[in-house]
Amino acid sequence: MNYGVAGSIFTVVVFVCFIGIVIWAFSRRAKKRFDEAQNLVFDDEPTQQTDKKERESSINE
Amino acid sequence: MSVASQVHPEYNYKVVRQFAIMTVVWGIVGMTVGVFIAAQLYWPALNFDIPYLTFSRLRPLHTNAVIFAFGGCALFATSYYVVQRTSQARIFSDKLAAFTFWGWQAVIVSAAITLPLGLTSTKEYAELEWPIDILIALVWVAYIITFFGTIVVRKVSHIYVANWFFGAFMLTVAVLHIGNSMAIPVSFFKSYSIYAGAVDAMMQWWYGHNAVGFFLTAGFLGMMYYFVPKQAGRPVYSYRLSVVHFWALSALYIWAGPHHLHYTALPDWTQSLGMVMSVILFVPSWGGMINGIMTLSGAWHKLRTDPILRFLIVSLSFYGMSTFEGPMMAIKTVNALSHYTDWTIGHVHSGALGWVAMVSIGSIYHLIPVLFNKPAMYSIKWINVHFWLATIGVVLYIVAMWMSGVLQGLMWRAVNPDGTLTYSFVESLQASMPFYFVRFVGGLFVVAGMLLMAYNVYKTIRTPNEEFSNAPENSPQPQAA
Repeated sequence: MNYGVAGSIFTVVVFVCFIGIVIWAFSRRAKKRFDEAQNLVFDDEPTQQTDKKERESSINE
Repeated sequence: MSVASQVHPEYNYKVVRQFAIMTVVWGIVGMTVGVFIAAQLYWPALNFDIPYLTFSRLRPLHTNAVIFAFGGCALFATSYYVVQRTSQARIFSDKLAAFTFWGWQAVIVSAAITLPLGLTSTKEYAELEWPIDILIALVWVAYIITFFGTIVVRKVSHIYVANWFFGAFMLTVAVLHIGNSMAIPVSFFKSYSIYAGAVDAMMQWWYGHNAVGFFLTAGFLGMMYYFVPKQAGRPVYSYRLSVVHFWALSALYIWAGPHHLHYTALPDWTQSLGMVMSVILFVPSWGGMINGIMTLSGAWHKLRTDPILRFLIVSLSFYGMSTFEGPMMAIKTVNALSHYTDWTIGHVHSGALGWVAMVSIGSIYHLIPVLFNKPAMYSIKWINVHFWLATIGVVLYIVAMWMSGVLQGLMWRAVNPDGTLTYSFVESLQASMPFYFVRFVGGLFVVAGMLLMAYNVYKTIRTPNEEFSNAPENSPQPQAA
């Protein structure tokens, strides 16, 4: 296999991987994980709020 | 901002405090050297005919100080802080963390000694000689173990996206530094790169551009993904977008290096590949910028009252601006005009002063009260003054360099009907002189802002907590935490 063929195969593999990542990221299955991870920024604060997605406060908690 | 902060006893804040303070110190040192060499370009006599003070020796001192001392300390501080808080676990090893602090300061001090002495491997942004390179590698491996160790012992199931960016930055910088610094020592202070010719150039810019991509971008994006949501009090706009942003940025950046070598001995196809990859890089860069800025959607009014948030959001605007400018300058026909001119310097500083420095400054202003258990920074007004000093300084700087750069590019390429050059080099240099003065003034603004920051940080740490409520500029806001 010469360099050109190897390069072409690699390009296609990377492209397929990227499409796979996009499909995974936008799948409904990943949504719950992402929602949990998204709120990790606030999760170690002493006062927890129930609806974290709506929170407005917190400066230097 | 009236709410008292808690020091979290379970976290190691000592190392974060050390790195946060040194960020401010090295920021002042590195930027002051920058202003000094900017003054030398306008008043060449300022090197006083002393070899240690020549532009050639102080320029690498400036770049190393602002990138690796100021930017590096900011990255260490924020990554150690963010990984502990989002993993809800104490840092993996206090001893290793302390080693990274003292080791990194030793690297900085040895750079500050060897570079003015003229000891250099001559590789841009990798000038340090081999013994220091080995120390950097050791510190970096300890950093990787400390950071990933903390992720391993985390008490939550997910790894927050900021840690992905920090992790990619650390791993890639290790590969880049070790790969590019391979050299054969001939004495304690002198070594020769194992690469030669065009291969050496390619290695150098594979390192150089990915130092931009992973040290100056991925690391600071990690900072952005924690401190923008935290300061705004809202989760990041789209976590999905952040995941796609991460993988796209990581996959693409590594290919962009050849755009530093357009129209050189590098094979043509490599130059074109670098150009195409650089242009595509625009997409994930703007995806990340939009994700950061849109985090504020519905809460734009906070920008009016919170200068820390303003630092963070304006840094993202500069990020968007320079990641539009960068791909454009990577196009070969544009590069034919811009390469080797001051336009490049302007581009670099809109990224470095606008994006990297502003996001770091905003993060440090957020961190200092938390780390030292204070209700807020001593003076919010001074943060606002710093914001305007920094913004005016950056704008003066980059506008001056754009004009100077385009002027140089046009003068250098101008030819008479008989094919001879219209202008000599000195004529273009004379045309640039007014812009060099404006750049010097812009730099003064930036350094003045940093000095004010240092005083504000000092007063914050020294003022007892009960005196904070008396400070008129810290009028409590009706917000609960």
